[in-house]
Amino acid sequence: MARARQGHQGPVLVPAGRDKAPGTGIALEQHWAFFWLVSLLLSSLIWFIAVKASDPNDEPLQKGLLIFGVMFSVLLQEAFRFLYYKLLRKAIEGLVALSEDGCSPISIQQMAYVAGVGFGLMSGAFSMINLLADALGPGTVGIHGDSQLYFLTSAFMTMVLIFLHTFWGILFFHGCENRRWWEIMAVVVMHLAVSGSTFCNPLYVGSLVPSYLLMAVAATWAYLLSGGSAQNVRRFLLCSQSGASPQPGS
Amino acid sequence: MMITFMNNSDSEEEPCNERTSLMSAESPPVPSYQDGLPASEAGEAQTHRKRQTGSSHSPNNAADGNVSDSGVPVRESALENEEEELTLKYGAKHVIMLFVPVTLCMIVVVATIKSVRFYTEKNGQLIYTPFSEDTPSVGQRLLNSVLNTIIMISVIVVMTVFLVLLYKYRCYKFIHGWLILSSLMLLFLFTYIYLGEVLKTYNVAMDYPTLILVIWNFGAVGMICIHWKGPLQLQQAYLIMISALMALVFIKYLPEWSAWVILGAISIYDLMAVLCPKGPLRMLVETAQERNEPIFPALIYSSAMMWTVGMAKPDTAARAPSQQTWDTAEDGRENHRSPSHSDSEILETRSPVPTHPIASLEELEEEERGVKLGLGDFIFYSVLVGKAAATASGDWNTTLACFVAILIGLCLTLLLLAVFKKALPALPISITFGLVFYFSTDNLVRPFMDTLASHQLYI
Repeated sequence: MARARQGHQGPVLVPAGRDKAPGTGIALEQHWAFFWLVSLLLSSLIWFIAVKASDPNDEPLQKGLLIFGVMFSVLLQEAFRFLYYKLLRKAIEGLVALSEDGCSPISIQQMAYVAGVGFGLMSGAFSMINLLADALGPGTVGIHGDSQLYFLTSAFMTMVLIFLHTFWGILFFHGCENRRWWEIMAVVVMHLAVSGSTFCNPLYVGSLVPSYLLMAVAATWAYLLSGGSAQNVRRFLLCSQSGASPQPGS
Repeated sequence: MMITFMNNSDSEEEPCNERTSLMSAESPPVPSYQDGLPASEAGEAQTHRKRQTGSSHSPNNAADGNVSDSGVPVRESALENEEEELTLKYGAKHVIMLFVPVTLCMIVVVATIKSVRFYTEKNGQLIYTPFSEDTPSVGQRLLNSVLNTIIMISVIVVMTVFLVLLYKYRCYKFIHGWLILSSLMLLFLFTYIYLGEVLKTYNVAMDYPTLILVIWNFGAVGMICIHWKGPLQLQQAYLIMISALMALVFIKYLPEWSAWVILGAISIYDLMAVLCPKGPLRMLVETAQERNEPIFPALIYSSAMMWTVGMAKPDTAARAPSQQTWDTAEDGRENHRSPSHSDSEILETRSPVPTHPIASLEELEEEERGVKLGLGDFIFYSVLVGKAAATASGDWNTTLACFVAILIGLCLTLLLLAVFKKALPALPISITFGLVFYFSTDNLVRPFMDTLASHQLYI
């Protein structure tokens, strides 16, 4: 299955005579999901304490606390992403030290991709799964005057968030690897922006459109960082068989 | 993990070494419970196995002997590095090999809980948990659940000790009869009840002759697969199904608070029983190692076959197919009485023929390496996730969180297995994570996510 992942970001140079650790990607996606869950847990804890300590009838305060909760959660997620990057770095260094030919069986680009996908899937699952369960039951969307596009927009928003997490994973890890702090800051700022834009809901234009634009930007950026280029895209679209496929930038 | 036997230095160490004794114990399980065969076949398989591994080691030993003394430590450290790396590589593979059945079992349990209302209705309790939880005060309820737990755990301990004694005094017939009886009950009675409830839920009519035909076929094939021979995947499927059935029974008949306390207590018990020197499970493991028998052939889910057919050694080629079928049988029948779960809560590795590049063993497949997990672990994981699905006020996030927590715990346990290379309890870490995540997700994350969803905010 690690090979399937390679297909997404171009063939990675396989050290001669050594197979990539099969299935490592999938095994480690669970770790990402777990880390995301822990970050969510901590931020919920903080929010819960704040809410319990405050007056439940004060509407603006509750709204303010919610905004604070969301922002804190975003920052905590990025912090956990960084934490796991550090953990992974150590693990890969250990593996490289142990291996005979100085090549680690897992590349950091693969891990970046898996990290992003794991975070995204967990975040998407947590956002959508209750909605999906409710969507089965009898009911009418927006019967009390709320938006009737609730399910549809939730689906689109979840999708864009999953994609964004994937791209942010690649960007974040690339920034950490090459010590480009501005890339990391860009990821955090983008995340805050996307979460902040959802405060415009149910004015969906204010949240969906910027999110998709940001996703396009992040996608291009991640693609370029992974070694892709405009020529590759053209070649791919024209289905030509010429040699060089995108190499990951390592 | 499973690579340790490759190391030459290990094979020259004394037999009491954990690694070597575990390795030589990893022979094909007792092939069948037909009369007269078990012990002799097991012994046969065992000696053949030792011959096999011994002979496959000898070229290495000879090669090593020819290398100069300075070369030997280098060779050993190189082997160790390769061993570590392969450990990690196969470690990931084993994680996947266990993720799939555990996930499947949990999916079956959660799907049933969410759709068939029978398993969430309160219709009495087991005799092992006599105290009711319908008491007005919280303190009384807590006390009752603790008492229920004490009774349940004592029953489990007594049964486990009884089983270990039976095993020690070689009362194999009794054990086999007991296990056959319990798997009969699981495969026929519980399946009948399950099928009946599912049909009721979906309002599907089925006449008795069809029902008898279906149940008979299901049960008979299950008995054959589990106790005798059958395709590996069918056997694995049956083991998953009976684990799920057992878990559903527990979910139905254990009162709420008792269930959580029992889960906590049984992981502590598991930890002690497997790791303490006088623990019953550890004694079981050691007795089996002394006798060079498989640890306990029943109640264990095995993820891969032992041998591959394409081995070049002529004296083994004839053996290989029969050993292949041996391995496909015998792994796990379930005793409906909970005590036997405790002796299945051993996580082990199978260590078949080494894949060190010896010319005679080049055609070994990679897939033959497997990991064993006790059925009791499946059951208690599924009980946790099922209880979370049943009682978490309709919230799927809690179920998902418990699921992830359990899988991460399993990952960690397998990592520890790779590090320590001996039988480890599979329950403590996963159940701890699962419990922590259940309570925190249900009480902390759920209000947060609900508030976010109602405003359609995304984090």
